[in-house]
Amino acid sequence: MTSYPDIIRDGLWRNNVGLVQLLGLCPLLAVTGTFINGLGLGLATLLTLVASNVTVSLIRSLVRPEVRIPVFVLVIASIVTIIELSMSAFFHELYKVLGIFIPLIVTNCSIIGRAEAFASKNTVGRALTDGLSMGLGFTLVLVALGSLREIIGHGTLFSQAHLMFGEAARSMTLVFVEDYSGFLLAVLPPGAFIGLGLLIAIKNLIDKRLQGKAAEKATVAEPIQAT
Amino acid sequence: MTVYRPIAISALFLFLFAVIGAGLVAFTFDSTAEKIAENERRALLKSLNELIPEQRYDNDIFSDVVYVRNSELLGTSEPVPVYRARKDGWPVAAVLAPVAPDGYSGPIRLLVAVNLDGTLAGVRVVQHRETPGLGDAIEAERSDWILGFNRRSLSDPVAERWKVKRDGGAFDQFTGATITPRAVVKAVKEALLYFRADSHELFEKDPIPAAQQ
Repeated sequence: MTSYPDIIRDGLWRNNVGLVQLLGLCPLLAVTGTFINGLGLGLATLLTLVASNVTVSLIRSLVRPEVRIPVFVLVIASIVTIIELSMSAFFHELYKVLGIFIPLIVTNCSIIGRAEAFASKNTVGRALTDGLSMGLGFTLVLVALGSLREIIGHGTLFSQAHLMFGEAARSMTLVFVEDYSGFLLAVLPPGAFIGLGLLIAIKNLIDKRLQGKAAEKATVAEPIQAT
Repeated sequence: MTVYRPIAISALFLFLFAVIGAGLVAFTFDSTAEKIAENERRALLKSLNELIPEQRYDNDIFSDVVYVRNSELLGTSEPVPVYRARKDGWPVAAVLAPVAPDGYSGPIRLLVAVNLDGTLAGVRVVQHRETPGLGDAIEAERSDWILGFNRRSLSDPVAERWKVKRDGGAFDQFTGATITPRAVVKAVKEALLYFRADSHELFEKDPIPAAQQ
C-alpha cells in the first residue's frame, strides 16, 4: 500500500502525467497556447480525474473484472459530458475557446489509466488523493507550458483572463514587451513539442541534481560511520 | 445454465451502468439547456450590437430572423441566418452570417451587417482556424483590419477593386498572410452582392424562429 505522501509525490512529480507518463499529449500540446487555456483544460481534467477515480473506487467491489473496462469508459464518458455541459452553461466564453478539447478528455489515457491502475484497487480516500495529485500535476504542466508559450509567442501573460474570472480580470494581463511582433514558432504546434521537451529536460536535470546530492550525503556519511 | 449466469450478471450490471450514466447526462442536459441557449443568444446579441448599435433599432433583432440559401454568394449550402434590424417598423439594416469557404485552414464564419442603403455597418469574424499570429489579424480583438470595411459599399471601392492590394484591389493584406484577407474580402463582397439582389425580399419575409430551423 502506498502511503498518502507517496501518492501525492507520485502525482505531482515522480510519476507526473505530463512529464513522466507522457499521457494525454494531444490536449497537452494543442491547447497550451496561453496560460488561461492551459489552466482551463487542466482544471477540467483535474475535475474529471477526481470524479472518475472516486466513482471507480466506490464501485470497485461490484464490477466484475470482465466488464470493468466498459464500465470505466461509461463512467468517464458520463462525467466528461456533464462537465462539458456545465462549462458551456457557466463559463461559456472559455468553453468556446477550449472547444473540442473538452470532449477529448474522454480519450485522455491518463484518466482510464488511473482508474484501471489505481482507483480500482484502492480505497476511496486514496483514489481521491491520487486523482487530486495526478490532476494537479497535469494542470501544473499545462500551466507551465502555456505560460512559456504565451510569454515567448505573444509577449504577454494572463491574457484573456476574463474568460475564466469575469470582466474584472481583464486588467490582469501582463505585457512584457510593448509592440511585440510575436514569435510564431512558440504559438504553433512545434513550439508545444519543443516546450514540452524543455520541461521534461529540466525535470530530469533537477532529478539528477537531487540524486547527486543524495549520493554525496551517503558518501560523506559513510566514513563517519566507519570511525 | 451455470455457465451463462456470470455473463448474464455482468451484462445486467453493464446495462444498469449505462442507464445510470445516460440518466445523469440527460438530467444535466435538461437542467443546463436553457442556460446554454441563453449564453449563446447573449454572445450572438453582443456581436450583433457591436455591428448595429442598440439605439439604431427597436425590434427583437434576435428573433426577427429569416434563413436564406445561396451557395454561390454566401459560401455555404447550409441555410444562412439573416437578422433584421428595424426602427418603428421600418427596415434599418440586416446582418448576414455568410461563410468564406476558402480560408487558409478551412472556412471562416463571418457576420456582415449591411445598412438599407447598401453600405456596410461592419464585419466581424465569428469563427476561424487561421494561423495564430498571422491570419488571425482578421479578428477585431487582434487588429483594426476588419474595421476597414465600415461604411464601404459596392460602389466604394468599385467592384473591380474589391480585392486585396496584392491583387490590385483596395484592401490591405497582412505580412505573411494574403490568403486569409483575400477570402474575407471576397466573402464580404459576395454578401453585399446578395444583399443588393435580394434586399427587398429579405425584409418582407416572415421571421422564422430559430427552433424551427
